[in-house]
Amino acid sequence: MPAVQETVEQVRAIDVDQYKYGFVTDVEMEVAPKGLNEDIVRLISAKKNEPEWMLEWRLDAFRRWQTMRDPQWARVDYPAIDFNDIHYYAAPKKNAAPKSLDEVDPAILDAYKKLGIPLREQEILAGVQTSKVAVDAVFDSVSVVTTFKEELAKAGVIFCSISEALREHPELVKKYIGSVVPVTDNYYATLNSAVFTDGSFVYIPKGVRCPMELSTYFRINEKNTGQFERTLIIAEEGSYVSYLEGCTAPQRDENQLHAAVVELIALDDAEIKYSTVQNWYPGDSEGKGGIYNFVTKRGDCRGKNSKISWTQVETGSSITWKYPSCILRGDGSRGEFYSIAVSNGRQQVDSGTKMIHLGKNTTSRIIAKGISAGRSNSTYRGLVSAHRKASNARNFTNCDSLLIGNKCGAHTVPYIESKNATAVFEHEATTSKISEEQMFYCMQRGLSAEEATALIVNGFVKDVLQQLPMEFAVEAQKLISISLEGSVG
Amino acid sequence: MTDVTPIRTAAESAILSRFPEAKASLPGTPAVATLREQAFGRFVETGLPHRRVEKWKYTDLRSIMREAAPLAGAPSAADLAAAKVLLAALPDFGAANVTVVNGRFAPSLSDLGALPAGVTASDLGEALGSGHKLVVERLGRAASADDSALALNAAFMAGGAIVAVAAGVAVDRPIALRFVSVGTAAATYPRALIEIGTGASVTLIETHVSADGIAHQANGVVEIFAGDETKVEHVRINAHGDATVDVSSLGVVLGGKAELNSFNFVTNPAAARHQVFFRFAGEHSTGNVSGASLLKGKRHADTTLFVDHAVENCASRETFAHVLDDQATGVFQGMILVRDVAQKTDGKMMSRAVLLSDDATMNNKPELEIYADDVACGHGATVGALDEDLLFYLRARGLPKAEAEALMLAAFVGEALESIANETVRETLEGLVEAWLKAR
Repeated sequence: MPAVQETVEQVRAIDVDQYKYGFVTDVEMEVAPKGLNEDIVRLISAKKNEPEWMLEWRLDAFRRWQTMRDPQWARVDYPAIDFNDIHYYAAPKKNAAPKSLDEVDPAILDAYKKLGIPLREQEILAGVQTSKVAVDAVFDSVSVVTTFKEELAKAGVIFCSISEALREHPELVKKYIGSVVPVTDNYYATLNSAVFTDGSFVYIPKGVRCPMELSTYFRINEKNTGQFERTLIIAEEGSYVSYLEGCTAPQRDENQLHAAVVELIALDDAEIKYSTVQNWYPGDSEGKGGIYNFVTKRGDCRGKNSKISWTQVETGSSITWKYPSCILRGDGSRGEFYSIAVSNGRQQVDSGTKMIHLGKNTTSRIIAKGISAGRSNSTYRGLVSAHRKASNARNFTNCDSLLIGNKCGAHTVPYIESKNATAVFEHEATTSKISEEQMFYCMQRGLSAEEATALIVNGFVKDVLQQLPMEFAVEAQKLISISLEGSVG
Repeated sequence: MTDVTPIRTAAESAILSRFPEAKASLPGTPAVATLREQAFGRFVETGLPHRRVEKWKYTDLRSIMREAAPLAGAPSAADLAAAKVLLAALPDFGAANVTVVNGRFAPSLSDLGALPAGVTASDLGEALGSGHKLVVERLGRAASADDSALALNAAFMAGGAIVAVAAGVAVDRPIALRFVSVGTAAATYPRALIEIGTGASVTLIETHVSADGIAHQANGVVEIFAGDETKVEHVRINAHGDATVDVSSLGVVLGGKAELNSFNFVTNPAAARHQVFFRFAGEHSTGNVSGASLLKGKRHADTTLFVDHAVENCASRETFAHVLDDQATGVFQGMILVRDVAQKTDGKMMSRAVLLSDDATMNNKPELEIYADDVACGHGATVGALDEDLLFYLRARGLPKAEAEALMLAAFVGEALESIANETVRETLEGLVEAWLKAR
C-alpha cells in the first residue's frame, strides 16, 4: 500500500490512549428506566408503534432468553454483565419523527460531522466525499436520519430504519426477520430479538443494481445504555448491493454492551457485499472501559449462484465476539470472509466465520489476518462444513497472525468438517512475528525501523484491505496504524 | 449451558457402582489409593466425555460406550494361552518383548531374561503396592491433563509395566510393549511407565491387540519420561479387534537436546481415540508426533494432540494422514500451545484426509494457542477425494482403477510414515498399509 509514510505520521501525531471518537454529545435524551422486564419490551415496541405480532415476537424472545445462559466457550474473559443495570432505550428528545433534517437536533448533526459523516445531502454532493454514499445514522436507540431515500426509491430500493420498515413494509419484515438468525439462536441474539431498538432495512428488488453504496453509522452516546440494533438486508433475484457499517462510541470508564443481529438474504444470482469498520471505544491501556461487542451476523445464500461477502476491519471494542457466517444453501452459491482484527492494550478478540456448505458446487474463501500487540489476545475461530449433499464444495482458508511484543497472544481454532468425498477443503494458518530478514531488507534500503514495520504490517493485511470499498480502505488503513500505536517500531 | 449435568447413562452408572467394590482389590500404597479416590472423584463430576466437552466434541463416549464391560480379572492360564496365539500373529520386529495381558504384567510372555543391557522391565502392579521410586516420582506426571479418560484409568489401573533404560545406553534391539485383551468382553485399564536416562537411545514398539468380534473396552495410559540428550523412537500399532473400543493416552515429557518421534497407526478397532500430551521440558529438543489411520466400515478413529511448548528453542512436527472409506469417521484435533517463555519455537502441524466414499466423514480441528512473539508456527488441514487428474494419468498408463487408487493412497500415507526413522518398523507399516489397500 502506498500510504506507508502517512501511516507512520499518523502514529506519531497521536498520543497513546487517545481515541479520536471519544467525545460525548450533549443532547437531551429520553431514556427508559434501567432494567429488563416485559414492561420494557412492551415500552420499546410501543415507542416504535409496532404491529401486534412484533410485540408478541419480542415477548416470546424475552421469555426464551430468561431460560438461557450466556456462552462461556469463547476465549474472552469479562465480569458477569448485570442486564438490569442497562437502559434499553435512549432516544434524542427532539427526534419524535423528523420530517426533514431541519427538525433533527443540530447537536446530533454536529456529532456526525465531527465523525466525518455528513448527513446533509447537499454537503455530500458538495464534494466532501468522492462518491455518493447513502447513510442511515443510528444514534443510541434510534435512527436519526436516512439520506438519499428518494433517489434510491426511484430505483425501487428500500433503505430505511427497521422501525420505519416495520410500519411501512410489515409484510417484508415479517417474511424475513428471524429467518436467518432464529429467535433462539444464541444468548445475545435472543436478547437482541427481545429488545432491539433500531437498525437498517434494505430491500433491493429483482434485477436492480443498487445505484450507490449504502451505509449505516452506529453511534453510542448515552451513558449506561446498550445498543441493540437489527439489520436486515434482502437482495432479490439478480440484484446487487454494497453495504458499509461504521461504529464509534464515547470514551468512558464503564463497559457498554452492543449486541446486534445482522441478517442477509441473497436470492438467485444476487450479491451482497457487507463491509464493517468496527471502531467502538476499546478501553484504555489498562483495560478500563470499552464496548462489549457481542454480535451475530449471518448471511443466507438462499438462491442459486448467489454470493455474500463479509469484509471486516476490527480495531475497536474491549471484547469482540462475532462470527459473520454464510449458509451456502443455493447450488453454486459463494461465501467470502475477509477480516483484519487488530488488538492492542487489553483488548480481547474472538472472531471468525462459519461457512456451511449445503448446496452443490458451493465455494467459499476465508482470509483472516490477526495482529496482536500490547497485552491483547486475538483468536480466530471458524467452521467450514460440508453437508452430505454438498458435492464439489470448495473452501480455501488462510489465517495468519502477527504478534508484536511478547505479552500478547494469537490463537487459531478452526473446525473443518466434511461429510462429502467430493468436497475439497484446504486450511492453512501461520503465526509469526515480523521476520528479521524482512526488516533487514527494508532497513538496508534506507527505511527506519518504524517505516519498515509499517510497510510490513500493511503488506500483511493487504489482501483484506483490497476487498474494501475505496473510502473505507483509506480509513481502515489509518485505523490499523492508530490501533498499533505504541507497539510499532 | 456448561454446568448442566446430563442424566447418567447405563454405562456411567455401571462404572460408578463398580469402583467402591473394586477399590479394595486394586493394588497400591495408601498414597496410590488416595490418587485413585481423587481420580474417581473427577470422574463422578464429569462422567463419560460427550459432545459438549470441547475436547471430545467429535468422539462421544456416552453414545459409543452404550454399556460398560465388566472389569477384566487377572488372566488365567487359558487367557495367557489365547494371548500367545494373538501375539504370534503380530509382525515380528525382532524385539525384546514386555507383555501386559488384561491390564496386568505377564512375565511368562515377556523376554525378561533376554532384555538388552541397560534395560529393565518390571511389574507396575507390584510397584504400585511397594512404593517404587518411579511410581512415587513419576506416576501421572506426564499424562496429567484434566480428562475423564485419564481419570478413569488412574482410578481403575490394575497394573502394567515399568520399563527403564539406563543413562547413556544405546539400545540396539527394539523393545516391544505388547498389550493384549483376551477372554470375554471386558474393560482393561493398563498403564506403563517408561523412563529413559540421560543420553540413552531406544526404539519402543507399542502394540495393542485383541480378537475380532469381542467388545473389549481398553483404556490404556503410557507415560514416557525421556531425559536430556535422549533419542527415542516410539511407534504405536493399534491392532485391536473390530469390536473393541480403545481409548489411549500417551504422555511425554521430553528433556533438553533430545529427540522423540511418536507414530500411531490404526486400522481395525470399532472406535479408537488416541490422545497425546507432549511437554517440552528442556531446550533445543525436537518432537515429532505423527500418525496414519485407514478406516472402513463404520469405524471411528480420533487423534487428539496437546503439544505444550513450555520452554524456548524447541521444534515440533505433527503429520497425519487419514484414509476414510465406507461410513468411517476420522477425527483430528491438534493443539499446539506456545507459552510466553517459549521463544524461538518452531511448530508445524499438518493433517490431511482422503474421503473415498460419500458417506465418510472427516472432522479436523487444528489449533494454535500462542503467547510468545518470536515464533514460527503453522498448521494446515486438507480434506478431499483422490485427485481425478492423477487417477486419470495413472489409468491412461494401463493401471486398473483399484491399483491406481492403491498406488496413490500408498503414497499419501507414505508421507506420514516417512517420519519413522527405524527402517524395519517403517517397512513393516508400509506392508500393513499395502495389505489394507489390497483388502479394500
